[in-house]
Amino acid sequence: MEDTFKIGGRELTSRLFLGTGKFSSNRLIPEAVRASGAQVVTVALRRIDLEYEEENIAAYVPKDCILMPNTSGARNAQEAVRIARLARAAGCGNWVKIEVITDNRYLLPDNYETIKATEILAAEGFVVLPYMSPDLMVAKKLAEAGAAAVMPLGAPIGSNRGLRTKELVRILIDEIPLPIIVDAGLGRPSEAAEAMEMGAAAVLVNTAIATAGDPVAMARAFGLAVKAGRLAYLAGPGETQEYARASSPLTGFLRD
Amino acid sequence: MSFYEVRKEYAGFDFKGFFAGVTVDRVKRALSKSRLTEWDYLALLSPAAEECLEEMARKAHRLTVQHFGRVILLYTPLYLANYCVNRCVYCGFKANNRLERKKLTPAEVEREAGIIAATGLKHILILTGESRRHSPVSYIRECVKILKKYFTSISIEIYPLEESEYAELIAAGVDGLTIYQEVYDEEVYAELHPAGPKRNYRYRLEAPERACRAGMRTVNVGALLGLHDWRTEAFFTGLHASYLQDTFPDVEVSISPPRMRPQLGGFQPRVKVNDKDLVQYMLAFRLYMPRGGITISTRERAELRDHLVRLGATKMSAGSCTAVGGRSGHESTGQFEISDGRSVAEMARMLYDQGYQPVYKDWQMI
Ligand code: SF4
Repeated sequence: MEDTFKIGGRELTSRLFLGTGKFSSNRLIPEAVRASGAQVVTVALRRIDLEYEEENIAAYVPKDCILMPNTSGARNAQEAVRIARLARAAGCGNWVKIEVITDNRYLLPDNYETIKATEILAAEGFVVLPYMSPDLMVAKKLAEAGAAAVMPLGAPIGSNRGLRTKELVRILIDEIPLPIIVDAGLGRPSEAAEAMEMGAAAVLVNTAIATAGDPVAMARAFGLAVKAGRLAYLAGPGETQEYARASSPLTGFLRD
Repeated sequence: MSFYEVRKEYAGFDFKGFFAGVTVDRVKRALSKSRLTEWDYLALLSPAAEECLEEMARKAHRLTVQHFGRVILLYTPLYLANYCVNRCVYCGFKANNRLERKKLTPAEVEREAGIIAATGLKHILILTGESRRHSPVSYIRECVKILKKYFTSISIEIYPLEESEYAELIAAGVDGLTIYQEVYDEEVYAELHPAGPKRNYRYRLEAPERACRAGMRTVNVGALLGLHDWRTEAFFTGLHASYLQDTFPDVEVSISPPRMRPQLGGFQPRVKVNDKDLVQYMLAFRLYMPRGGITISTRERAELRDHLVRLGATKMSAGSCTAVGGRSGHESTGQFEISDGRSVAEMARMLYDQGYQPVYKDWQMI
């Protein structure tokens, strides 16, 4: 049986989501999508230019992908809601990745405003995927508010620092019944594999692919790593031994 | 505390002494940090740092690609009016220069907007001289109303306003403010601005703060290079940007390093700022504020701008014209001479050739 998962009623086979913001040419986007196998592609509404077909970033997302507009640039819940509505009105479907950032030095998400936006948009029928700082209480509130998945950051956006929030993300995976998608910070395929081995439902990658020397090859590498990590998770990795097995067991004398 | 007060705390600081004490080791230490203090930034602006320019360039390039990607936002300036009551000695539009004064009528704004929009640009920067009589806030608001039909992001580069006036323009559709302090040294400022409301150093310096409080999304500050020692001017510009980022974390902050250009009136730069100096400034700023924007205008010549793409620039103007109504054929004098006369399409081609994506739209009114 194929290993699939569901978000917003859609059955997905690829567990790699692709971001589009930093490519040196929009023309690389379809190639990177194909090489990575991604089915969900996120584009900032602020970049979507419906009037200029040749330079319209959204036009480069293959038609069989789910286009997930994001609310980059939103400074509060209200702005995120307005951006999401504009995106839907512009024909970008009803998926939305909520990004509310009130800090331009580190680009860390504002969890409080994100919860508010999620509540409003989920009630309006959007499939809401909020980007957040990993925090169990916040994730619970997002789930209650109607989020379709939760997207904790691995490290600050664009930092390529890897899965720095591992312990916190692990708790979300254990406790939250929604798909947990690690978003931001993953710099190498091995880090994406690590997130998948832990049980993340998917990962979202932008900077590491878009700014690689060969973005298309890197997209393929991430696609393979995500598959490998997922396979390892399903295979159930052997428990790591915390202590070396003692050569003469302490309980060896117990015989029944 | 306003930036005026922050700036004051450095009054009497011995910059010469500081620079004399900077060693290459000190520069390298600053280079290896991920979060630089203002003193690290100042060390990178020092003469000693010139030896480390290539290392600085590599790190600056890496940081820029990491945070912004291989993309450059394109925009163009639109001069609405050249009436001015000030006498900034370095400006072609100063009140005592004899030139034809003009302001665009609504029909002319419409015409210029149409010409610019046809190039694909979605970001526009509108400019006026300082004349509350000829180009009052209400006039600017009317122009914004027209421009909204053509552009998704409108920035202003006009005389400093009150907070409520900024709010009024934001409500009308403005999302960005560019305002150069011109010169951060208060005494030199007084000499170069002999008459008019612009003499008020503090009112101008605090304008970005008022705009941020009013809800402006992006602010761009800068010193006009050539008026005073560039190293200290670059330092205060960076400090100003950093102050704004700390005080208004949700605002996108950027700087411009404009160099003086020939203008009507023929004022000569007081100090020379060569290409190497400009590059050192850009690199030092990038390392100090890895996510800060750097805007490069057509004041710089094409060949240099091509190189600056990889040295930290994030925004560039294209297809510029500094004369009022210049695009639709009205013959008049510009504020200064531009050096890079390439069209938007030519700029886009150059960027693609360098492996960069020209971005025409990076915001839309919401
Ligand atoms: S710089 Fe601005 S304020 Fe000064 S004279 Fe020129 S147009 Fe007027």
